[in-house]
Amino acid sequence: MRRAFIALLARDLRLAIRQGADTALTLGFFLLVATLFSFGVAPDERQAAALAPGVLWVTALLALLLSMDRLFQADAEDGALEQLMLGNLPPIGIVAAKCLAHWLATAMPLLFFSPVLALLLQLPADRLPWLILALLLGTPTLVLVGAVGAALVLGARRGGLLLSLLILPLYIPVLIFGVAAVADDNRAPLLFLGAMLLAALALAPLAAAAALRQAME
Amino acid sequence: MASLGFANPTRFHRLSARLTPPVGWAAAAFLLVGFGWGFILSPPDYQQHDSVRIMYLHVPSAWMAMFVYVFIALMSAMYLIWRHALADILARAAAPVGATFTALALITGSLWGKPMWGAWWVWDARLTSVLVLLFLYLGHIALSNAFDDRERGARTAAILALVGIVNIPIIKFSVDWWATLHQPSSVLRLDGPTIHATMLVPLLLSAVGFTLYFFFVLLLRARSEIIERKIHARRLRQSEG
Repeated sequence: MRRAFIALLARDLRLAIRQGADTALTLGFFLLVATLFSFGVAPDERQAAALAPGVLWVTALLALLLSMDRLFQADAEDGALEQLMLGNLPPIGIVAAKCLAHWLATAMPLLFFSPVLALLLQLPADRLPWLILALLLGTPTLVLVGAVGAALVLGARRGGLLLSLLILPLYIPVLIFGVAAVADDNRAPLLFLGAMLLAALALAPLAAAAALRQAME
Repeated sequence: MASLGFANPTRFHRLSARLTPPVGWAAAAFLLVGFGWGFILSPPDYQQHDSVRIMYLHVPSAWMAMFVYVFIALMSAMYLIWRHALADILARAAAPVGATFTALALITGSLWGKPMWGAWWVWDARLTSVLVLLFLYLGHIALSNAFDDRERGARTAAILALVGIVNIPIIKFSVDWWATLHQPSSVLRLDGPTIHATMLVPLLLSAVGFTLYFFFVLLLRARSEIIERKIHARRLRQSEG
């Protein structure tokens, strides 16, 4: 089972690297939207610094959301998902492997680029470690919750649009505590982000696996 | 399972035909007395004056918003476990009603908030979590209609309803866990209600009225859904000859 998990993880990562366009598009979207914000709402430097945590989180969240509907879609279309479900890795393992691969391939690059954007948006340098920590704890939760939504809308009409309606409200708590963690010198929001990550780790694969089973029936 | 007998849509249809009128009349009676007492006879608050009367609409709506969601989640669990056709019909029938209660709670709260808090809306934990509840309802409705295969939509929406149940305790306890602008509970407390009987009784009366009204509308909607399915099945048979 562990070998099947690692094989699936390696396959998804290999796919992500060889079809680099998806990751690059997500990153490009992240950079562009953040740039738009800095032109659109915060020409003044002091204002920009105050808005930076929120802008960074919202853009990261939207970039991840855009990439989420590909999580199972491509495999469902070419039949690979059906084969995976027949294999000896249980559906929960499939969800976990795909989420981990997706986080490594999509969220990690966002994390690497976030300091650059933070500089562009005038975020004070001493807040940078907090931003990285908050993103490190928050983005896996976003991917896990998004996986539930992505599994639910498999085969639905206008799935992408529906996906945003389903999971954006569930992203609100992560956004609230994520922004608070960057804005204040206080460890409580980080602890909340950690708690939400643990809860999502425990529950989201279960729900997503149940949804995958329904989709394959 | 005593309820298994009613899981048969035909039997439910016959039972509900008898049940619907009395439930409707009882709802009307409770709402009339509760609202009449609350809006006209009950005393004004010493601080909020007459604005307090919106409570008789706001609090039962908010209770029902949560109650209906729990009801949908229960029906969804029953549907996923036993595949009762009736559980799906009831969950589908309840969702728009619950969404309306949630919207009503948000609107009345905001109308009360403007004179009392000085703002239509604040992003405190209670208000935000109820807004999330509204989106969960809308997502549930959208998802259950998003598939060409009706059953697929029912099962998928059922999973969403079960996922969203985590929001219910967050709504209930948000006023205790965080320092919210929304006041903490004054009726369902361990040390008894802190609200005077002249206001508590009409509040509870209208809450009973809201609950009966929900079941009245639920029965009506479920019945029309069953009839719709029968028509659909008959058309299919006819077209096949």
